[in-house]
Amino acid sequence: MSYREGSVVAYFLQQLVNGVTLGSVYGLIALGYTMVYGIIGMINFAHGEIYMIGAFVAVIGFTLFAGVPLVLALLLVLILATLVTGFYGWTLERVAYRPLRGSFRLAPLIAAIGMSIFLQNYVQLAQGARIKPVPPKIEGGLTLLVQEGFAARVSYLQICILLLTLLLMAALTWMIHGTSFGRQQRACEQDKVMAALLGVNVDRTISMTFVTGAILAAVAGVLVTLYYGVVDFFIGFLAGVKAFTAAVLGGIGSIPGAMVGGLLIGLIEAFWAGYFSTEWKDVAAFSILVIVLIFRPSGIFGRPEVEKV
Amino acid sequence: MILEIRDIYSYYGAICALRGVSLEVTEGEIVALIGANGAGKSTLLMTLCGVVRARRGAVIFDGEDITRRPTEKIIRSGIAVAPEGRRIFPHLTVRENLQMGGLASRDPERGAAGTAKLAHKMEGVLELFPRLRERLAQRGGTLSGGEQQMLAIARAMLSEPRLLLLDEPSLGLAPLMVRQIFTTIREINESHGTTVLLVEQNAHQALRLAHHGYVMVTGEVVLHGTGAELLANEEVQAAYLEGGRKETKQGETQQRETRQ
Ligand SMILES: Nc1ncnc2c1ncn2[C@@H]1O[C@H](COP(=O)(O)OP(=O)(O)OP(=O)(O)O)[C@@H](O)[C@H]1O
Ligand SMILES: [Mg+2]
Repeated sequence: MSYREGSVVAYFLQQLVNGVTLGSVYGLIALGYTMVYGIIGMINFAHGEIYMIGAFVAVIGFTLFAGVPLVLALLLVLILATLVTGFYGWTLERVAYRPLRGSFRLAPLIAAIGMSIFLQNYVQLAQGARIKPVPPKIEGGLTLLVQEGFAARVSYLQICILLLTLLLMAALTWMIHGTSFGRQQRACEQDKVMAALLGVNVDRTISMTFVTGAILAAVAGVLVTLYYGVVDFFIGFLAGVKAFTAAVLGGIGSIPGAMVGGLLIGLIEAFWAGYFSTEWKDVAAFSILVIVLIFRPSGIFGRPEVEKV
Repeated sequence: MILEIRDIYSYYGAICALRGVSLEVTEGEIVALIGANGAGKSTLLMTLCGVVRARRGAVIFDGEDITRRPTEKIIRSGIAVAPEGRRIFPHLTVRENLQMGGLASRDPERGAAGTAKLAHKMEGVLELFPRLRERLAQRGGTLSGGEQQMLAIARAMLSEPRLLLLDEPSLGLAPLMVRQIFTTIREINESHGTTVLLVEQNAHQALRLAHHGYVMVTGEVVLHGTGAELLANEEVQAAYLEGGRKETKQGETQQRETRQ
């Protein structure tokens, strides 16, 4: 660790950049947890796996489009990942959750865990248990500050991740607050019977919510693949738990909560790794989950007054 | 006959809430449904919307059997409802609640034309409920009980339904507002030709307004006739019209306030 007396500011800045990047990714995944919880009052524990599938599609896609110019390849991979995971999200809801809606409360939870195990093993079988490397695609970056030989840098990839995340979050906010579909979706969150009594197709709205969450996770998967350069079939679990923590921290069911929660978890992880130890960085996220659940289960933006299922 | 309910049986688990109810509504009429608490009036409305599933019997709307259709399809075929308990979306603004009401419009135009049309319809409805206009940006959940009731009715009107179902629209409203609601119902019926099925505790006013009326007791229809016939009926007078024909004091019949 190149942490020296003279480079305090630059070092801090570097952790900040890394944290915001990580936080963007966690935020994107957290949105899926929070949206699905918002509409059916259930944690989709297979959501991390959807993200993992997004990452694998990225690996396959980048291999497939190896000869294509970078921007075009990235675009194609994003579209491909979106389609594939959107389909997975839709199927997941149809197969594992819809038949169990209205049954006892633990049933969909068990289904979720079952689906998660299934998807992990399925990808492991289909893709092999080997860690898959992806050659770096977007290289280079900007130097923000140099102090005593330590340079705080922001890579073009980091900028790209941040911009794409901001774009998606803006689009999502617009969709939820500015379109008829978003209005129907919020109506379903609040009162499904009344929504149906106004002509809303509640089942389809729920499906579309799963699909939206899956698409955001897919983009996160693609970005992480580029960022870390490796994927394996197990990444869904860890990222899933961290993003879930982010959603709970922000207030599960709240969309701004998921974004802010993601950012906070990313920052905490980066600073933890930067100042304490890389080995224990995952523990930070888990500890936060426990602390939030004990002391403020409704999170930062939570609306405890809303009755959920 | 725009609506025909044939020998409907509905249950909540083992509890039988409707025991062979039959009812007919002629197009263009106002039909009042009265009965004591727990008689099954709300259950009947929910059954014909497909929220409660009938175990036996059929609901025929506009010549088509809609008994097994999903709720949203029933609604989109031209039925709107202001249900019991109002069911305003508490976290949507008043405007958004109203926009939700426009969803099931039978000529669902998309894009700018649709938005303009809805805005125009909304203007018309807001004329009837000016209090809502001042509160368009407010969250539904922060409205007073009476305002929520107005919003629920306004929302139901926005799809311009052929059949409007109102479950106790006068509940919790001040006397002046009650009179206004009944006037509004007549206006909707006369100017738009909307058929109205009206569940009311305010039996006197409801029967005076209605062309036909039905009386329910514990899951069954025990009486029906024209509004005037029922008003003159001694059993009805004894059971539902305190003090017979004299003008009911509106305040008295509305203590039941179910604010959500
Ligand atoms: N969700 C439910 N579960 C079980 N029983 C119910 C349910 N809803 C209604 N009931 C029962 O069904 C019967 C009819 O209820 P319903 O709400 O239709 O009466 P109502 O005529 O609308 O009464 P009110 O005038 O009080 O609104 C009542 O005995 C009631 O207890
Ligand atoms: Mg009732």
